[in-house]
Amino acid sequence: MEKSKRENIEVDIFLEAIFQKYGYDFRNYAKASIKRRIQNLQKKFDIKKISDIIPRMLQDRFFSNSILTEFSITVTEMFRDPDFYKSVRENIVPYLDTYPFIKIWHAGCATGEEAYSLAIILKEEKLYHKTTIFATDFNNIALGKAKKGIYSLDEVKQFTQSYQNAGGKRSFSDYYHAKYNSAIIDNSLKANITFANHNLVTDGDFGEMHLIFCRNVLIYFNKVLQDRVLNLFDSSLISKGFLAIGSKESLNFSSIEKKFKVIDRKNKIYRKI
Amino acid sequence: MKTDNNFNISDFKAVVIGVSAGGFETLTKLFSTLPEDFPLPIIIVQHVYKYQSGYLFEHFNKHCALKVKEADEKEAVEPGNIYFAPPNYHLLIEEDKTFSLSIDEKVNYSRPSIDILFKCAAEVYKNQLIGIILTGANDDGAEGMCRIKESGGLIIAQNPNDAEQPFMPKAAIKKAGIDCVLTLNEISEFLTKQKAVSK
Repeated sequence: MEKSKRENIEVDIFLEAIFQKYGYDFRNYAKASIKRRIQNLQKKFDIKKISDIIPRMLQDRFFSNSILTEFSITVTEMFRDPDFYKSVRENIVPYLDTYPFIKIWHAGCATGEEAYSLAIILKEEKLYHKTTIFATDFNNIALGKAKKGIYSLDEVKQFTQSYQNAGGKRSFSDYYHAKYNSAIIDNSLKANITFANHNLVTDGDFGEMHLIFCRNVLIYFNKVLQDRVLNLFDSSLISKGFLAIGSKESLNFSSIEKKFKVIDRKNKIYRKI
Repeated sequence: MKTDNNFNISDFKAVVIGVSAGGFETLTKLFSTLPEDFPLPIIIVQHVYKYQSGYLFEHFNKHCALKVKEADEKEAVEPGNIYFAPPNYHLLIEEDKTFSLSIDEKVNYSRPSIDILFKCAAEVYKNQLIGIILTGANDDGAEGMCRIKESGGLIIAQNPNDAEQPFMPKAAIKKAGIDCVLTLNEISEFLTKQKAVSK
C-alpha cells in the first residue's frame, strides 16, 4: 500500500482513538493542518509511525495536555484586524445600544485576547455595564490563561498599535497594569466576561445571543463541521442578531447563507434576518 | 516510458513558488511571460506585510494573461490560475486539491510560510510537483524543497547571481542539493515549454 494511503488510515484511527478516550472530536477537522500537528507530535515524542502514537496516548496519563497543546490553535492577539473592530463600532454598537441588556457569545476564545478587545470597545461605547460576554473554548489550559488575562509586555506593544488603528479612544495603558515583564488586564474588564468550557463540535447551543463572535475557528473545520457550527450559531442568535467571523471565512454556500444579510463584506459581519 | 532524464512542463500537475524580498519585480517579470493557456495551477507564498491591500492583485492581473488571486478557504485548485497565500495566514492544500488556511504559529518567523505550503503540496502532488525558490533574504522554503525532492518532484532555484536577494535560493540549494539552478529567463523558458530541464 502506498505510504500516503497508509498514513491516512493511521490518522483516521488516531483521531477516533482521541475521541473515544477524551471526547475531543477532531474527526471533521480539515485534514492538512491536522496532519501537520500530528507530525509535530511525532517529532516531540520521537515516534516514527503515526500508529505508534496510539498506544502511547492510551497509556500516558498526561497525554491529553499534549493533545490540547498541539491540536487546539491558541494563536490570537488583541485587536487582530483593526479594521474589523472599527466596523464593530460603526455597524454593530449602535444596534446593541437599543437593548436593555446585551448577551454576547465569543466562541473559540482561546487565551482571551479578543474577548478583552471586545470588552474595551464596549466600555468605550458605554455599553459594557449592561453586557455579559460568554467566552468559550474546549481547551481548559487556554481558558485558564484567558481568565488570568496576563500577557507579555512584548505582545502589548503590538496590541497598543492595533488598538490605536482600531480607533481606540483612550490610552491603551489604561486597561492593564504592568508588573515585571507582564501586563495584567484590569479587573473592570473581566467583570462581565464569563469564561466557560464549550466544545463547538459536540456541545449544544447558547440561547438568545445578540452577537456571536467566532473568528478564525471555522477555517480548521471541514464543510460538514462548518455547517453544523453555523447552524448552532443561527439557533443561538435572536432575530436581528449579529454574527462576526474571520476575514477569510464566509457564509457562502452554507445552509444558513439565506437567513443572514451581509453588513460588512470585507470584515465578515452578518446579521440574522 | 521516459528514457532520458529530461523533464517537460507537461510531466507535472502543479507549480509552487516561494519568494520573499525582491519578489514584486521578479514575479511581475515571470508572470508577463506566461501564456493564456498555461496548463498548471501556480501556488505562491510571498512574504508580505500582514495587512497588504488589494493593490498587488490589480498590478499582477494587469501584467499577466492568467487570473491572479488570493487563495480562498476551501477553494478548488484550478489549472491556469495563480494563487497567493493571504497575508497573515498559512496556506495548505488538502488531498482533494482544495485550499485550507490556518493561523498557526509562524514558521521561520513567517506566516504564510513557504515550508508549510511546500510540504503539504509535496504530499498531495508527489512526483508531479514543481517547486521553485526565487529571490529572498531568509531560509524559509529550504526544508520544503527537501520534501518535494523526497516525493520525486522537480525542484528549481533561481540562480543566486540572477536574484535580487541571493540568500533564499542559496539556502535552498545548500539544504536540498538542487541541481536545477536557473536564471529567471530560463525558468520562464521551461514553464513556457521552450526548454526541457533535468533534475
